[in-house]
Amino acid sequence: MKTLVWVEHDGAVVKDATLATVTAASKLGDVHLLVAGHNVGAVGDQAAKIAGVAKVHVADDAAYAHALAENVAPLVVELMGHHDAFVAPATTHGKNIAPRVAALLDVMQISDILSVESADTFTRPIYAGNAIATVQTSDKKLVITVRGTAFEKAATEGGSAAIEAVAGTGDTGKSNFVSAEIAKSERPELTSAKVIVSGGRALQNSENFHTIIEPLADKLGAGVGASRAAVDAGYVPNDYQVGQTGKIVAPEVYIAVGISGAIQHLAGMKDSKTIIAINKDEDAPIFQVADIGLVGDLFKVVPELTEKL
Amino acid sequence: MKILVPVKRVLDYNVKPRVKADGSGIDLANVKMSMNPFDEIAVEEAIRLKEKGAATEVVVVSIGEAKAQETLRTALAMGADRAILIVSEDKVEPLGVAKLLAKVVAEEAPGLIILGKQAIDDDNNQTGQMLAGLLGVGQATFASAVVVEGDHVTVTREVDGGAETEKLPMPAVITVDLRLNEPRYASLPNIMKAKSKPLSTKTPADYGVDVAARLTTLKVVEPAKRTAGIKVADVDELVGKLKAMGVAK
Ligand SMILES: Cc1cc2nc3c(=O)[nH]c(=O)nc-3n(C[C@H](O)[C@H](O)[C@H](O)COP(=O)(O)OP(=O)(O)OC[C@H]3O[C@@H](n4cnc5c(N)ncnc54)[C@H](O)[C@@H]3O)c2cc1C
Ligand SMILES: Nc1ncnc2c1ncn2[C@@H]1O[C@H](COP(=O)(O)O)[C@@H](O)[C@H]1O
Repeated sequence: MKTLVWVEHDGAVVKDATLATVTAASKLGDVHLLVAGHNVGAVGDQAAKIAGVAKVHVADDAAYAHALAENVAPLVVELMGHHDAFVAPATTHGKNIAPRVAALLDVMQISDILSVESADTFTRPIYAGNAIATVQTSDKKLVITVRGTAFEKAATEGGSAAIEAVAGTGDTGKSNFVSAEIAKSERPELTSAKVIVSGGRALQNSENFHTIIEPLADKLGAGVGASRAAVDAGYVPNDYQVGQTGKIVAPEVYIAVGISGAIQHLAGMKDSKTIIAINKDEDAPIFQVADIGLVGDLFKVVPELTEKL
Repeated sequence: MKILVPVKRVLDYNVKPRVKADGSGIDLANVKMSMNPFDEIAVEEAIRLKEKGAATEVVVVSIGEAKAQETLRTALAMGADRAILIVSEDKVEPLGVAKLLAKVVAEEAPGLIILGKQAIDDDNNQTGQMLAGLLGVGQATFASAVVVEGDHVTVTREVDGGAETEKLPMPAVITVDLRLNEPRYASLPNIMKAKSKPLSTKTPADYGVDVAARLTTLKVVEPAKRTAGIKVADVDELVGKLKAMGVAK
């Protein structure tokens, strides 16, 4: 089987989400990559070094600058003329583009896979990860999105894939990019951080989030996450959200501060290796999944913890 | 302009799903079912656009068992004008749903189709994108703000790392994220009024759409359970644990 993997990048570097996707695709067959974007020669070069990759298709065209699904999907459909599976990370780009491709190919997408059982059988989470389904497809071509935390990352070095330029399929004019507000942060990205400190509604406001959660995260070199309640209340931007509808994370250590542990939040972090919970309510559901719990007032214990580390 | 809002009946989000003992799926007998939370947000947005004068009619549609009628009545009670129920006792996958919706769009010619970004039962997150692909129109997924101006719609989207804004010619497909709005509760008078709003019933065969499943669920299991660990007495003990794990120096 020949797979075509969507390379997630920011115009300059290949994003980590690509690496787990390569591993998933390699369980199906040969791995070809698609780098679509504008002035992405450097991204193509990086992609070609990823271990286990046979070929990199580079579509360099202004129409792909913002990865608009309306423009990218026809390109992928054309390349799928000689590939058997389109495999994308379950990032916002992947989730935006892949189903459009699936519809154009008349196949059912298999979303957010956790494992490849065979060439047509996969496991995937349903009901916010409260159940794991094993599904088998009868479609001739496959369209798959991959949960990044479920697969090892392919090595970024060691490959020497051939790079092939592919012609663009043009701008459909169905959508126009206006602007982006992408938060810049010195901290590790949530989906690849080894340690994450997350804050919940209990932080009360944005200032407390900055003065209590962030210093602890800085001490631990950690990424910073949040519950939906904290995001909705405006303490932090939406891309901090961990959970069923936010980011899915699985760090070595996840520290939940003032988070009750709703199933929608657990859906995003319960595969973390060690979960530490700090909550003043000893009956908070988060303690049912926490390896280490500390019952206490976060306004007292978190600054003390930061101080003592 | 007409707005079409597809709504799905799902296990209520407050109910903990239980895997059936025979591993065939989730036990849905005698449990509370509700409108998919994202679809409530989609209905709310459509009603607000109508209230602002940007839309003239809100049509809701659901594909599912006959009981999905309750979900449609909820949407009508919120303020939708009219409902279409496409009855199928067998589960219809997103590809089949998208094909049926494409037929409804051909009949109704809405300016916007507003869906939830994902149904919280199967967590597929694909129907809206598929529909947009089948219709050959633009798609703005994961919307956190929607502004209609003339024959264009400007949508702010929640994306990894932040937010992104796109402008699309209409007709267009929008899928909504949680922060777009806070859905209203239907008042008692509106619940009564909803009972007499038009609801037409169809079948997939009426639209000539083949909705045969492409995926077979071989089994459904519970995920590996986490068990509660230990409680530490104070911060010093926690510091000790973090050091032992090598997380802190
Ligand atoms: C469709 C849908 C999708 C959702 N998706 C997500 C998602 O992706 N991610 C997500 O997180 N949520 C999601 N939610 C929301 C979820 O159901 C919860 O409402 C949310 O996670 C609660 O956030 P919280 O734990 O911060 O707040 P709360 O539940 O209010 O918990 C606050 C906690 O802080 C503790 N506390 C208060 N004061 C202190 C103090 N001084 N010191 C220590 N502890 C204190 C309290 O004991 C309590 O346990 C979703 C909901 C729906 C309906
Ligand atoms: N059976 C259905 N009937 C009506 N709308 C649906 C149905 N299935 C999915 N949808 C719509 O598509 C959205 C995304 O669903 P999904 O792709 O299944 O996660 C939902 O939020 C609904 O708006």
